Amino acid sequence: MSGYMAGIVAILCINLIFAYAIFVTAAAGQLNLGGAGFQAIGAYAAAYASSVLMQPVWITIPAAMAITALVGFLISFPVLRTRGVYMVLATFAFAEVVAGFLLRSTTFGGAIGMVVPDHVGVPVLIACAVGVTLLVFYLMATRVGLAMRAIHDDEPVSTIMGVNVRAVQVATFTLAGALAGLSGALYAHHFSFVEAQYFNALLSIYVLLFVLIGGTQTAWGPLVGSLFFTLIPELLRVGGSWRYVVFGVAIVLMMAIRPEGIVTRQLVARLSPRNWLTRRKTVLGERHAG
Amino acid sequence: MPAEPMLRVSHVVKRFGGLTVADDVSFDVPRGAKMALIGPNGAGKTTMFNLISGVYPIDGGEISLDGQVIDALPARKRIGVGLSRSFQNIRLMPHLTVIENVMLGQHVQATSLASLLAPVGWQRGGRWRRMAEERLRQAGIDVDPDSAVSGLPYGVRKKIEVVRALMSGPRLLMLDEPAAGLNPRETAELSAFLKGIAEDGLTLLVVEHDMSFVHDLCEQTVVLNFGRLIYDGPTKGVQDDEAVREAYLGTRRVATAEGAGRAA
Ligand SMILES: Nc1ncnc2c1ncn2[C@@H]1O[C@H](COP(=O)(O)OP(=O)(O)OP(=O)(O)O)[C@@H](O)[C@H]1O
Ligand SMILES: [Mg+2]
Repeated sequence: MSGYMAGIVAILCINLIFAYAIFVTAAAGQLNLGGAGFQAIGAYAAAYASSVLMQPVWITIPAAMAITALVGFLISFPVLRTRGVYMVLATFAFAEVVAGFLLRSTTFGGAIGMVVPDHVGVPVLIACAVGVTLLVFYLMATRVGLAMRAIHDDEPVSTIMGVNVRAVQVATFTLAGALAGLSGALYAHHFSFVEAQYFNALLSIYVLLFVLIGGTQTAWGPLVGSLFFTLIPELLRVGGSWRYVVFGVAIVLMMAIRPEGIVTRQLVARLSPRNWLTRRKTVLGERHAG
Repeated sequence: MPAEPMLRVSHVVKRFGGLTVADDVSFDVPRGAKMALIGPNGAGKTTMFNLISGVYPIDGGEISLDGQVIDALPARKRIGVGLSRSFQNIRLMPHLTVIENVMLGQHVQATSLASLLAPVGWQRGGRWRRMAEERLRQAGIDVDPDSAVSGLPYGVRKKIEVVRALMSGPRLLMLDEPAAGLNPRETAELSAFLKGIAEDGLTLLVVEHDMSFVHDLCEQTVVLNFGRLIYDGPTKGVQDDEAVREAYLGTRRVATAEGAGRAA
């Protein structure tokens, strides 16, 4: 793999894990525009554990995930008191507080950032991304996943059906924290350097866009969204600074044409091999009849 | 001593601001009964369902299910004690498929961690899915279980909601205008289906404007008018009751009420 390719694959893996963090709450109807805050905590926790506490990677990464999971759990209580656009603003504010704190904290290197000694290579990133993808696909197929999607559609009726709406929402925020922390820790260890400026509002916006444009109805959404957002800008690189314009227009078009995201349940059903076979049969049948 | 009724509504009061929508309402639904709850538009029928199922707290009185006081239980826990309901305006989950909506009704039955973490979405021949498919078949719902609910005809969606409500294995099933929007053939099928499940020991409380459906299915009826109970007795006698005729039946208002009910 060339260095250029390896770089793209690495950022794709990190973005994918990050996107799944945002996806699990979005699938249950909660929009988190504070993704960068969670990722920053994960990255800095791993960086600190590695460079200051001299811990090996197999400790720094789980520790970072545990911390961000706890943060996700705790932050869910105030955040879940808000809804809709207010929840978007509350999570956004959280990320701004985190970034502001890291930028001013001497413990974490302030604006200079931190060097991370232990390096994690692309194969590990790929393994983690595949693992997280499978985990989320599995989760969405369980009753918990069904309950999450039910909450997304109708909270009061989910409650009447016996779903513990609050518990599911708190759990998804906790899981989201852990996954965002994983993506942050991997970022720190792969790029060997963290700086607070990277974890900015634009990153939070991008990852939420990955998820919303990919689609929140199935676990395919973040996969397609991350691929789209990571690869299209690269493909458009030849266009020079015009690529941002093209990219922006592409996003607007996507939202206009597929407001529920690129991948919907119906699209998955239509593309599934089972349906494809039956449809082929009926097409053949029609041809016979005709 | 007579057996405990399945549902006892006792001196229940509910106010929305200055409007009293349940005004000292008391009635019993005996175990195994098929009872209708009727009344003109805005009488407080849906509100009564919302009070029994815990959507709103009551302002006074007591509600008990099979002898157990339930009015302090949170809404989420009431389905667990055997109370299930449908909604006047279809409240299926629009992004879930037919079978997923029905399997959501099983949620309270999946109590173990293993059943919560089993991949029901992938288990084509699995136990949960088989049970859901079986119920759909019994109810005469002949659609692809994996199709989206949003594209289905109104009557089919209405029936799917009844099936979803049944999946929790309730002791008391409350249906809010289940026949509204159904054609006469579908209405007759629904009535037959409900009689069948009532034979298995289920107690039914049904809000309905379609009086022929009520006469066909329910041996007993209670009538609400402006939040007050004005009749509690056999369905046969309801047509002849002076107060009921005055408020609801036997006037031109029946037709209007029925029309509005169907539109809702
Ligand atoms: N959440 C609420 N807040 C304020 N008023 C309400 C609320 N829910 C219902 N009401 C009012 O309570 C009264 C009873 O409404 P309800 O929906 O229970 O009537 P209903 O008997 O089901 O009528 P219909 O036959 O039209 O369905 C109406 O006047 C309605 O406007
Ligand atoms: Mg009503």
